[in-house]
Amino acid sequence: MSSPIQNKPASHTKAAINVSLSVEKKRGLYRDLCRIRRFEQISLKYYNAGKMGGFLHLYIGQEAVAVGCVSLMGENDHIITAYRDHGHALAVGMDMNACMAELFGKRTGCSKGKGGSMHYFAPDKNYWGGHGIVAGQTPLGTGLAFGLKYKGLKGAAMCFLGDGAVNQGSFHESLNLAALFGLPIVFIIENNGYSMGTSQKRSSAYPGCLAERAVGYGMAWKQLNGEDLYEVRAGVHDALERARNENKPTLLEITTYRYQGHSVADANKFKYRTKEEVERYEREHDPIHIFKTHLLKEGVLDEAGVATIDQAAIAEAEASAQFAGQSAYPEPAEIFDDVYWEVDQKTEAGQTGRHFFND
Amino acid sequence: MRRLSYRHALREAFDEELARDPMVMLMGEEVAQYNGAYKVTEGLWAKWGDKRVMDTPISEAGFIGMGVGASMLGVRPVMELMFWSFYTVAWDQIINNAGMVRYMSGGLINCPIVIRGPANSGTNVGATHSHTPENVIAQFPGMKCVVPATAYDAKGLMKAAIRDNDPVMFMENTLLYGEEWDVPDNSELPDGELVIPLGVADIKREGSDITLVCHGRAVHTCLKAAEILQSEHGISAEVVDLRSIRPLDEETIFNSVRKTHRLICVDENKPFGSIGSQIAAMVQQHCFDELDAPVLRVNSLDAPAFYSPPLEKIQNPTPEVVVARALEIC
Ligand SMILES: Cc1ncc(C[n+]2csc(CCOP(=O)(O)OP(=O)(O)O)c2C)c(N)n1
Ligand SMILES: [Mg+2]
Repeated sequence: MSSPIQNKPASHTKAAINVSLSVEKKRGLYRDLCRIRRFEQISLKYYNAGKMGGFLHLYIGQEAVAVGCVSLMGENDHIITAYRDHGHALAVGMDMNACMAELFGKRTGCSKGKGGSMHYFAPDKNYWGGHGIVAGQTPLGTGLAFGLKYKGLKGAAMCFLGDGAVNQGSFHESLNLAALFGLPIVFIIENNGYSMGTSQKRSSAYPGCLAERAVGYGMAWKQLNGEDLYEVRAGVHDALERARNENKPTLLEITTYRYQGHSVADANKFKYRTKEEVERYEREHDPIHIFKTHLLKEGVLDEAGVATIDQAAIAEAEASAQFAGQSAYPEPAEIFDDVYWEVDQKTEAGQTGRHFFND
Repeated sequence: MRRLSYRHALREAFDEELARDPMVMLMGEEVAQYNGAYKVTEGLWAKWGDKRVMDTPISEAGFIGMGVGASMLGVRPVMELMFWSFYTVAWDQIINNAGMVRYMSGGLINCPIVIRGPANSGTNVGATHSHTPENVIAQFPGMKCVVPATAYDAKGLMKAAIRDNDPVMFMENTLLYGEEWDVPDNSELPDGELVIPLGVADIKREGSDITLVCHGRAVHTCLKAAEILQSEHGISAEVVDLRSIRPLDEETIFNSVRKTHRLICVDENKPFGSIGSQIAAMVQQHCFDELDAPVLRVNSLDAPAFYSPPLEKIQNPTPEVVVARALEIC
């Protein structure tokens, strides 16, 4: 992977969208970063203790992307992402207990134990998932933007995808639709350098960077460094404004890095990349450390304040695991709930004809 | 006789076919340098190199369509779907191109491809990753579909699938990859290799009171059920493993029913239009006078796959459910 573009902290820090942040808001952003990291570290601990099944794709190392983007959301802005979805979920304000309980497969989970790690949703917070099929969310994100425009609302959709997802046909079709129909959307490639064990160079053909593919669709594009929350906010803000005010899409590529394997089951995590590479990112490019440094320098937080926030995040995450552990599993009868809206609501349509075929 | 895991048996089949025919090549996401998401292709890239064992981007429609196109020129690609569930992304290429081009060209073209990968639920990976599409695929004339339940069958059927001149959809199982069975070394075999023709079922356990027709992992569910039926209820169940869904060995099914006069079809499909539905229709038509009880089906419960581990467990057929249904008609 090519090393991320050099940080220019001064200019992003001084961007109007960042200068306008209150002290409270800045502390809140730091809290969000810590809550995501601690939630994931603790979920990993309980995964390894056998409390969960299936996949666990961790977002550790990428936190500034979700937090930075979500911090810009207004009332009519919506987001959607892939299966590496815990960070976005906590950033939009989903309840940590419900998120952890979902991993434990409990009925108190955000999807009642039906979706698991890859399928968090919170429509009430404009968060539309949580999708397991690579790039499957990109037409849906395009649809959120289409829906906004159709309904005459001033807002934008942010559609996240990975650097491996850019090679799905559905994504290219989405880019064309968004540009052709003038849709208010920001496609955000979270480029962590790898799709499973495949480096960006081994999976994609591109001119200078992945985002530059937008040129083929006559679409605005930009590459941002995702290790600095201020840079994420400054760059994404511009794209969101273009969407909201001009109904024009943007393709952003935000460089970032995942510290863990692709999922917990990734047996090769130190084969397709070196341990040194991972440690270098942890040491020199950690988004939480970089934002902390900003806040300490600005006097927004002191070391004690930083520690208090982090301790609270650990305590909250541990408590969420206790909550999840103590919650009940769903009942077998619940298997047939949430399949059909009409059946769940017991409408006439839901009671006409046979809907289920167990014998 | 050696013990070999299901994944290792598949790997041997690939290795032997790569050696036999230079037109055979493997491709898919992470099959080469990563050694396969489930380690099925481990070591093959190191041995055969980039040309024969190829990593692809995450572009199922693109690379599967590419394989179909290359097969029209005589290349014999064996393409991995990391999960068979991702067939939905490549549906048009699989069904309309691989499945229909022979017919629409009046027989001028054929597609000697294999599409393979795990097709099972039961691992808590959620609804989108837990499809068992053998019934969906087998619906299309032009398609062949194979679902091996053991390492022995996996190796022999894979070699036949690769040599077949039609598109063969080969469905494996993540829950079986690590299990071991007896698989003879080629030196122990009269023909010097293990090739199992498509369309031949295998009686995995003989019995006289009831027939359990099944495929894939459901075979092991049925074998456990048969043990319980014998030891606790004195009922002798015959377990017929279809192995190949299309072509289908109907004679073996009918002969078993003629012997036992009772039939339960067990598979991990959803019930509507499951493999069991097809077999039930055929048996009632062709063996009507032989039946002493209605044909029953045991399927996955009729809802998308539940993530929660204890709930997903009861969604799939269990030996206990099969036993309970058998007791209803024995
Ligand atoms: C259609 C489809 N193909 C393959 C997969 C298996 N798979 C899941 S994630 C992944 C890698 C995706 O990498 P990237 O888009 O870079 O996202 P990241 O995991 O780095 O966040 C693959 C191959 C899938 N879930 N869906
Ligand atoms: Mg990636």
